[in-house]
Amino acid sequence: MQQKSIDLWVGLFVLLGAAALLFLALKVGNMSSLSFQKTYPVTATFDNIGGLKPRAPVKSAGVVVGRVGDIRFDDKTFQALVTLDLDSEYKFPKDSSAKILTSGLLGEQYLGLDAGGDTRNLGSGDKITMTQSAIVLENLIGQFLYSKAAEGREGNN
Amino acid sequence: MISRLLSAVGYATRGTLVNLGYAARSFVTVLRASGAVLRRPRLVTDQIHFIGNYSLVIIAVSGLFVGFVLGLQGYYTLNKYGSEQALGLLVALSLTRELGPVVTALLFAGRAGTSLTAEIGLMKAGEQLAAMEMMAVDPVRRVVVPRFWAGVIAMPLLAAIFSALGVFGGYIVGVQLIGVDEGAFWSQMQAGVDVWQDIANGVIKSVVFGFAVTFVAVFQGYEASPTPEGVARATTRTVVIASLGVLGLDFLLTALMFH
Repeated sequence: MQQKSIDLWVGLFVLLGAAALLFLALKVGNMSSLSFQKTYPVTATFDNIGGLKPRAPVKSAGVVVGRVGDIRFDDKTFQALVTLDLDSEYKFPKDSSAKILTSGLLGEQYLGLDAGGDTRNLGSGDKITMTQSAIVLENLIGQFLYSKAAEGREGNN
Repeated sequence: MISRLLSAVGYATRGTLVNLGYAARSFVTVLRASGAVLRRPRLVTDQIHFIGNYSLVIIAVSGLFVGFVLGLQGYYTLNKYGSEQALGLLVALSLTRELGPVVTALLFAGRAGTSLTAEIGLMKAGEQLAAMEMMAVDPVRRVVVPRFWAGVIAMPLLAAIFSALGVFGGYIVGVQLIGVDEGAFWSQMQAGVDVWQDIANGVIKSVVFGFAVTFVAVFQGYEASPTPEGVARATTRTVVIASLGVLGLDFLLTALMFH
């Protein structure tokens, strides 16, 4: 009888530990968003992906509709080849466009997907042709300075 | 004068090396004798009850309070940057990556390690271990191995409980008391904490600490000089060596896992 009650308490302890691990994995970690939902891959090429990382969210109208899967460099076109894993429950027209956006001023970069008007939908392995690269702050400042300088020269003339 | 100093240093170095080598050899002996555990799992269950269940209260309370403090301190710092929404992320990352395994291991060394050392040391002082040997019962298999594996099993579970309760404590202070937005607290946490990168690495850490702390405890007990003073010294050594070992191993593991 004594032995049984010890086993019971040890069982309870192990259960508690396992429950804590489960809590950490599901509630604290992102195991739940790493769902077993079915996805279909779609590719897109960008001139510059900025700070986009694998597993970054793909959002349409602000709602997460998938994740960035794989990011690779294509040395034929010298562009970045990004694979998006879109949730199977969402369908997008074939002429949808993708752009790389930033959440907040200093936030993480994500991929925005704007739906087009085509009647046919994107399928597995399709390619999004209309893309817009990430805005690189240095380039932006460079352009700004350049246009300012050009303005100044015109003013002198 | 100088030659005496040199010989003292040499003697001390040699003694340390001999001890280290002996400890490593004993570790292998314990691992090789571990088959005994499978034949009599009861022994391990009893020890898990002794080591794990009785440590549960101190671990749970410490975890909760560390979570409280992290909630307060984290809020104080993050508030300066107006990013108190990241409080959940801060609490969860510090706990799962670092504080959970390390603080649990330190407490475990103090709570369970000392009692293991004292118990085995007193068994030796009372010549119980010698008596077992007389009866052809291997004390390593019968006494050391079950305690060792019980510690190795209990430690990661305790660390997980510590981290989970710590996150809960951070939630109580951050969300319920201070009023950080609940949705942001959890969603930032879930977005930033990676299951493999952060949580699994924390679990690996706690397993390694479990091996280290429990082995130090049983080794010190088994090698204690069989006198009251010897057992007292061995118990002190367990805490000192295990704590320093945990901190050193922690740096090593963090550096290895750091990306």
